[in-house]
Amino acid sequence: MSRKLICIECPQGCSLEVALEGNKVVSVTGNTCPRGDKYARSEIENPVRTFTSSVLAEELDIKMLPVRTSGPIPKAGLLPAMREVKKILVSAPVETGAVLAENFMGTGVNLVACRPANKPPME
Amino acid sequence: MDERELVVVGGGPAGMAAALAAGAAGVKDILLLERDQHLGGILNQCIHPGFGLHRFKEELTGPEYADRFVKQVTKTPSIEVSLRSFVVKLTSNMKISYLRPGALEEVQAKSVILATGCRERTREMIPIPGTRPSGIYPAGLAQKMINMEGWIPGKEAVIVGSGDIGLIMARRMALEGMKVKAVIEIQKQSRGLARNVAQCLDDYGIPLYLSHKIARIEGADRVEKVVVAAVDDAFCEKPGTRFELSCDTVLISVGLIPENELLEMAGAQVDRKTNTPVAAEVNRTSIRGMFACGNACKVYDLVDSVTRDSEKAGQMAAQFLKEGK
Ligand SMILES: Cc1cc2nc3c(=O)[nH]c(=O)nc-3n(C[C@H](O)[C@H](O)[C@H](O)COP(=O)(O)OP(=O)(O)OC[C@H]3O[C@@H](n4cnc5c(N)ncnc54)[C@H](O)[C@@H]3O)c2cc1C
Ligand code: SF4
Repeated sequence: MSRKLICIECPQGCSLEVALEGNKVVSVTGNTCPRGDKYARSEIENPVRTFTSSVLAEELDIKMLPVRTSGPIPKAGLLPAMREVKKILVSAPVETGAVLAENFMGTGVNLVACRPANKPPME
Repeated sequence: MDERELVVVGGGPAGMAAALAAGAAGVKDILLLERDQHLGGILNQCIHPGFGLHRFKEELTGPEYADRFVKQVTKTPSIEVSLRSFVVKLTSNMKISYLRPGALEEVQAKSVILATGCRERTREMIPIPGTRPSGIYPAGLAQKMINMEGWIPGKEAVIVGSGDIGLIMARRMALEGMKVKAVIEIQKQSRGLARNVAQCLDDYGIPLYLSHKIARIEGADRVEKVVVAAVDDAFCEKPGTRFELSCDTVLISVGLIPENELLEMAGAQVDRKTNTPVAAEVNRTSIRGMFACGNACKVYDLVDSVTRDSEKAGQMAAQFLKEGK
């Protein structure tokens, strides 16, 4: 058995061919660099994605604060993660990288801020 | 009148990189003008990962990529940043007028770098027959409204054009709980990156119709449906291939076009078709000492390349100020 994948690790987007025995990856071809091999194995065995969204902010200089998971999470966790971040309201200033939720949804990675948010400038 | 060695118009990645590089090359007196209330440009709305793999060897979101430069700009003493400063006029001898809340300012520069980015092509630029109901948005505008304002455009969407912005917005709307019915592309291939087709469409089961076009958009007040048809090699509709998709939202993602009104105003040569400055070398314009970089110079796919080339623009301006060439 074999499966075709597009590597999403960089803009090159190599076409990968994964040889499978049952659900086990036997070999990966078509990748230009080792990250492609790693991606293919992960994509078959436990597909993951970095989650990004934005959360509501109040009394700050932006309306929405962009956030991300500090590492990839299981693909099946993306929609639940969306529901989870809708509950967050940021009302105190944060720096880039500030942790908004530790061990986010039990994924082992944190939900962090992607930019600073400050008190709005005085008019 | 205020006098400056160098004025940079636009505080996106291009303007920031150019200002930083000019500062590093010895220019002491740089004014960076940005119309928005934050630096960062289009990156502020690009909350997805995909930035900085070349520059920083790690994958950042747009805001994170921007923030790295914002931090450098704010601690560089030779750069003064003026936000909420909208440049409205530029002359061939580099006099600049800009609007700040409550004031019209003028500044005389010795050199100018235009880093004003792109604007989106809109429905007006591609003819789609049908009624003109509400619910039709340029994809980049929708991106800004969803990611920065928390607005959800509707319940069911169809995207016209498979450029990266369209693909990325397909995923965003799917994550936001909308049903994305299809992406329609008139070309035989996706215009966006293969990785974006994989991670933005395939991941969410969103169909991509290549060699198809929107034959009509229908709806009274709000969009109700689009009529899709297959096209042949000459992009003409193939008879008998029409089908309908019901939707209340249509995003148009048909490309970007450089924003170069100021350059034209100054009398520099601008290519009528591409809206790019006419010059022998990237970053240059037909006026000596006036430069254009980033998306204002040509439409870039990768911000890493914008940074690289815009740093060169900053160095070119520094050299011009030193040696007059
Ligand atoms: C939706 C989208 C998704 C993208 N995705 C990716 C990606 O995944 N990976 C990647 O590497 N690249 C991506 N890119 C490309 C990259 O982000 C852009 O090429 C880059 O941001 C362009 O930078 P810029 O500084 O030239 O323009 P911009 O970021 O547009 O900055 C221009 C700035 O000039 C200001 N300005 C304009 N006119 C005036 C005026 N008259 N007075 C004062 N200020 C003015 C604007 O307010 C703005 O801040 C994407 C681009 C878009 C649009
Ligand atoms: S295999 Fe390597 S070069 Fe090819 S897309 Fe993946 S990361 Fe990029």
